[in-house]
Amino acid sequence: MIKLLKGNYALVEGAIKAGIDAYFGYPITPQNEITEYMSIRMREEGKLFFQTESELASINMTFGAAVIGKMAMTSSSSPGISLMQEGISYLIGCELPCVIVNVQRGGPGLGNISGSQGDYFQAVKGGGHGDCKMICLLPASVQEMYEMAIKAFYLAFKYRNPVFILTDGIIGQMLEKVDLLSLEDVLKNQFKNLSVDDYKKMFDASSWALTGCEGRDSRFIRSLYMNEGELTKKNTLLLEKYKKMEQELDWEEELISDAEVVLVAYGISSRINKDACILARKSGLKVGCFRLKTAFPFPSNRLKEIARTRKILVVEMSMGQMLEDVKLAVDGVNTVDFYGISGGDLPEVNVILEKIKNMLSR
Amino acid sequence: MFVLPKSLKPVKNHYCPGCGHGIVHRLFAEIVDELGIREKMIAIAPVGCAVFGYFYWDFDTLEAAHGRPPAVATAIKRLMPEKVVVTYQGDGDLIAIGGNECLHAANRGENITIFFLNNTCYGMTGGQMAPTTIPGQKTTTTAQGRTSLDGNPIKVCELISSIDYVTYVARTSLHSPENILETKRAMKKAIQNQIDNKGFSLVEILSMCPTSWKMEPYDAMKYIENVVSKEFKLGVYKDRK
Ligand SMILES: Cc1ncc(C[n+]2csc(CCOP(=O)(O)OP(=O)(O)O)c2C)c(N)n1
Ligand code: SF4
Repeated sequence: MIKLLKGNYALVEGAIKAGIDAYFGYPITPQNEITEYMSIRMREEGKLFFQTESELASINMTFGAAVIGKMAMTSSSSPGISLMQEGISYLIGCELPCVIVNVQRGGPGLGNISGSQGDYFQAVKGGGHGDCKMICLLPASVQEMYEMAIKAFYLAFKYRNPVFILTDGIIGQMLEKVDLLSLEDVLKNQFKNLSVDDYKKMFDASSWALTGCEGRDSRFIRSLYMNEGELTKKNTLLLEKYKKMEQELDWEEELISDAEVVLVAYGISSRINKDACILARKSGLKVGCFRLKTAFPFPSNRLKEIARTRKILVVEMSMGQMLEDVKLAVDGVNTVDFYGISGGDLPEVNVILEKIKNMLSR
Repeated sequence: MFVLPKSLKPVKNHYCPGCGHGIVHRLFAEIVDELGIREKMIAIAPVGCAVFGYFYWDFDTLEAAHGRPPAVATAIKRLMPEKVVVTYQGDGDLIAIGGNECLHAANRGENITIFFLNNTCYGMTGGQMAPTTIPGQKTTTTAQGRTSLDGNPIKVCELISSIDYVTYVARTSLHSPENILETKRAMKKAIQNQIDNKGFSLVEILSMCPTSWKMEPYDAMKYIENVVSKEFKLGVYKDRK
C-alpha cells in the first residue's frame, strides 16, 4: 500500500506491523508525531499506549514491559534520550529487549528543534554507564523508518538487548512516498533469509520473562552482581553477545569501483551526499557514496578497504562524531576529510562539491 | 511452631541485627502464602538495603533502577492485570529520587501495591540524610543534626492520601509485636485491594535502622516509639470504599 507519510508516522506503522505490545512516550519536538499517532493507532489495535510523566518514566515503563516479555518501544528527541541513559544501561545489564528511537534535534542543552546528528556519540558510545552496546540502526528515508522499526524488534529479541534507531528531525518530519509492505516483503528487504513464522517465533519470551512462577521455579531479573568475580563473568558473556551482534552489520555503497573520492554519511546527510555525487559525476569527477545503515556494528573493514585507494570525505550534521569512527577504521591508510555542520543546519551540495575539488587537486 | 513461609527462600539474609527489613520480608511472604498468590506475584525490589529481595522471596522478582519501581509496576500491571504487582521501597527510593514516579502512579490510581519502608535515612549508602530524617537527627551528612535548611520530613501518607484516585494509605510501625501484627494487617489489605481491583494502595512502615542510628536494636525500637512515631503519626490515612 503506497502512501504519502511523514517519517515519524511510518515508524509507527512499522512498529504496529511488527506486533508491538506497548508504547511509552513523553512529548518533545521533533518526535511528537510518533507519540500522537501512537495514541491513535495503539488504541485502534487494542494495545497499550501510555503518555508518561517524564522520559525517566518512559524508559522505566519500557523496562517494566520488557521484563514481562512484551514488545515495547519508547521514543524521544535528544534531551529526553539523555534522561533515559540510566534506564538504557539497566535494560542492557538485565538483558532485556526493547526499541528506543531518537529523532535527533540540535544541541547541546535545549539546542533547537531542527534535525541534527549530534547524538551519535551518545547512541554509539553511550547507552548509559558501564560497558554498554546496542545495535544502532540508521534510517535514511521514510521507507526505512517503516522497515527498520520492524527489523529493530526482531534484533532486540534475538539478542535480548535494546535496539536503538538513530534518526533526525528531518527524516522524522519529511513527507515522502512509502510503501507499507507486508511483513513478508519487509523481511525480504531487511534480512537475508527470514520467514514470517521465524520472525514471529522470536518474540516468545516464555523461557526468561517474569510472568509469575506458575508451573516453574521462581525467577529474578537483575543487573547487580556483588560477589567477587561475578560481574567480570557476566560482562564477559555480554561481550560475547556484542561480538555476535557484529553479524548485523549493514551498509550501502554506490559508484565506488572507479571513485577517487568517496562521500561517507548516514541518515539525512547521506541523501545530500547522493545529490552531490550525481552532480559531481555529471561534471566528470569520479565520486562514490557510502551510506551506513548500522552505526554499531560499524563497517570498519570495508571502509579501510575503500580508503586504501580512495580519499574519504565524511559529511555529518555535527562537529565530527561519526568522523572519529571513520578515522579509526581507515587507520591512517589515507586522509579523511570532513564537512560538518552543527546546530540544526543542513550540509550544502555546493560546499560538498567544493571540498571534493580541493581534495582532488591536492 | 516455627515454619518458614513457602514464599521465603530458606537462606540467611544479609541485614544488620535489629533491622526492620527482615521482618517486613517475612510478613510479605506470609501474606503471599495466605492469599495463595505466589504464582501470580511480580515483585519489584528497590535500590537500597532491600535490593537483594530476590534472594529471599521465592516468587518472580526484579530489580528496578533507583526510585523507578512505581513506573515499572505501572507498565507490568497495565499489561498483565491478572498478576499481583508489588513494589518494596525505602524512603530515598520512594520519595527522594523517585518522588515523581510515586506521585504520578498514585495520581493515576494505578492498581498496584507499594510497601514503603521508612527508616529515616539512607541505609545502603551509609546512613545519610533522607527526606524523612527527623529534625535534629544526626546522619553522616548532617553531623550537627538536620536543620531547617535541610527541609522538613516529607509525610508520605499525608501527601499521597490527598490524591483523589488513591484507595488506601496507612502508616504502621515495627517497634512492638502488636505493631508488627498491625503492619501485617495493613500490608494484607493493601494486596487484597489490588486483587479486588480497588486501585492504588500504599503502606508506610516505620522501621529500625540500628546501624545508621548507632543504637542497639532494642533502643532503636524505643526510638521509633518515642521519637519517630511522634513525627510520623500512625494510622489509616485513607480507605476509599
Ligand atoms: C541513580 C542512583 N543514585 C544513587 C544511588 C546510590 N544509592 C543506593 S541506595 C541509596 C539510598 C537508599 O536509601 P533508602 O531508599 O532509604 O533505602 P534503605 O537502604 O534505607 O533501605 C542510594 C542513594 C544509586 N544506586 N543510583
Ligand atoms: S543499614 Fe539499616 S536498613 Fe540497611 S540493613 Fe543495616 S539496619 Fe537495615
